[in-house]
Amino acid sequence: MTTGGAQATPSGGDGFEEGIEGSALGDRIYSSVIWLFAVCVPVLLVLIALSIFIAGWPALHRFGLSFLTSSSWDPVNGKFGAAPAIYGTLVSSAIALLIATPLAIGVSVFLSEFAPPWLRQPVAFFVDLLAAIPSVVYGVWGIFVLIPLLRTALIPFLRDTLHLSVIPLFSGPNYGYSMLAAGMILAIMVLPYIASVSREVLMAVPRSQREAALALGATKWEMIRGALLPYAKSGIIGGVILGLGRALGETMAVTMVIGNRAEISASLFAPAYTMASLIANEFSEASGDLHLSALMAVGFVLFVITIIVNAIARWLVWEVSRTGSKG
Amino acid sequence: MRCYWVLGALAVVACAGGDKSASANKDSTSAANGTVASSGADLTGAGATFPYPLYSKWFADYAAKSGVKINYQSIGSGGGIRQLTEGTVDFGASDAPMSDDEMSKLKTPVFHFPTVLGAVVLTYNVPEVTQPLQLTGEVIAQIFSGKITKWNDKAIAALNSGVKLPGTDILVVHRSDGSGTTYIFTDYLSSVNADWAKAPGKGKEVQWPVGIGGKGNEGVAGQIKQTPGAIGYIELVYAKQNNLPAASIKNASGQFIAPSVESVTAAADAAAAKFPPSTDYRMSIVNGPGATAYPISSFTYLLIDKTLVDPTKGKKLVDFLRWALTDGEKEAAPLDYAPLPQSLDTRLVARLDSIKVGASGT
Repeated sequence: MTTGGAQATPSGGDGFEEGIEGSALGDRIYSSVIWLFAVCVPVLLVLIALSIFIAGWPALHRFGLSFLTSSSWDPVNGKFGAAPAIYGTLVSSAIALLIATPLAIGVSVFLSEFAPPWLRQPVAFFVDLLAAIPSVVYGVWGIFVLIPLLRTALIPFLRDTLHLSVIPLFSGPNYGYSMLAAGMILAIMVLPYIASVSREVLMAVPRSQREAALALGATKWEMIRGALLPYAKSGIIGGVILGLGRALGETMAVTMVIGNRAEISASLFAPAYTMASLIANEFSEASGDLHLSALMAVGFVLFVITIIVNAIARWLVWEVSRTGSKG
Repeated sequence: MRCYWVLGALAVVACAGGDKSASANKDSTSAANGTVASSGADLTGAGATFPYPLYSKWFADYAAKSGVKINYQSIGSGGGIRQLTEGTVDFGASDAPMSDDEMSKLKTPVFHFPTVLGAVVLTYNVPEVTQPLQLTGEVIAQIFSGKITKWNDKAIAALNSGVKLPGTDILVVHRSDGSGTTYIFTDYLSSVNADWAKAPGKGKEVQWPVGIGGKGNEGVAGQIKQTPGAIGYIELVYAKQNNLPAASIKNASGQFIAPSVESVTAAADAAAAKFPPSTDYRMSIVNGPGATAYPISSFTYLLIDKTLVDPTKGKKLVDFLRWALTDGEKEAAPLDYAPLPQSLDTRLVARLDSIKVGASGT
């Protein structure tokens, strides 16, 4: 990766460099330093991945594929399977995106199309402010506000009043501490990322795009749906991916509300676990070598999943912008 | 080629910078000591978080008295043992005794020095119950195994005659993070219940049959306070400082004992009387003898090399331990830590003499 880049750029800059050859030693030093910095980032990433992999290798080697599929996390007997944590990470992030994406798009459409100018800045400021709240504060808020609300109102409402308990997803216990609570906390945490990117992208849509749609007799809603959102689609997806990255790795707030139970349950109301929480919970007191290695292996799996998710997302953006430009 | 130039230049800068700071360090340490030029004469330690509030008071008071500065990182018992094994600290600290496996990895054998005692309290949220609940180890094990699921279960009712117990579900809350508190609690459950000893067993993290996990004492206590019907275990110091309800537990002598600094020290006193003279103090005292002993009690330890190679540091460490075991113990109870019984203090001070200081390590 780095060598490919190293070959590409000098050839790209050849014409320019030849023109001023010998005239500026400072330029050359500057460009070397910049090169060094640029190379540092991927090298650092590879080294981190490598060292986590090496640390996690004993556990990965010992348990093989069952490390990913087994649900038994038993430090006393040295049996480690990360399936519940992997499942919990993916599901809680999915819930977060399901809740946050429509909200964020709604907010950004409102701000770019409907809000009077005097309201735009304050609302945008408050949405962005959500991103500045430390995650432990979200966690505390979750424990004292969200969890009691879930336990006394939302879960009884969904499960008993709406009789959704016939669906396994909405049946089961009612502790408050649950996958649903984690998903909802994450939704609030990723909302500003998605909203902020979407807003910028929507604001950047050329006026002519809107005017053209309106000139064809489209209503405001039709203009937004038919001209604005398709134009901004790839940017919005980019924002969603940014939010997803945040959701996958979030540790503290999730740990405080998810119930920390290494068990795969069909119910959203049941306690669950995520990979990041598992590492944060057990790392400081993990005394056995295998236990430590298993936690590192979980870290490596999280790393790989993040890369896969990002790759899929990049591909999605690329695909969308390609078909978008075709159409 | 250009790259090498820059790299070379950076390396030179880095070396120069490193040199400078190293010599600056040396200067400052020798200045602090005033007399000797030996670098790093202060002591460093790492380990358990549970006794940290007490230890930090000890280190502050001892520094004021003797001028010896001790730097302690409360990174957790597991981390303390790892750092001691790697030789990056002068002493370690742990809530649970080191396992034989961990001991075998040490370069220098260590002594376990108990400092104070910890205890685990069963706390609960049953609004209908106003007086302390009475529980036995067997019933606690059944609750935490998920075999007793209702508060008005016959087994609980039999222990609490006259108390009106509700028919609500029991929600078990346990620690999600690795913890010495979990070790003591599961050690106790393993000693009173044969099924528990088989699985999940005892450890700083175990595979809990039922319940939800909270991070830290505050996480567990928070979840219990919020959820009617919840029961969980927390450290005695935390329970006392937050005035949480605490169950009285039936001890091996058949008495129901409320957790307190006195009943925990009593447990150590009764147990220590039965320690063999050559004990390494890696002894579990859960469910031990003594009519007034609180059964879920345990030592927390400082881990000291049996041979302290550096004579200056070694002497300072031994002097500190002597102070801690005598004057230091008096500071424990006001901070809600259970001090060691007098009988044990005397024995431990005598053992300090068996630490070899300054003996050549080779």
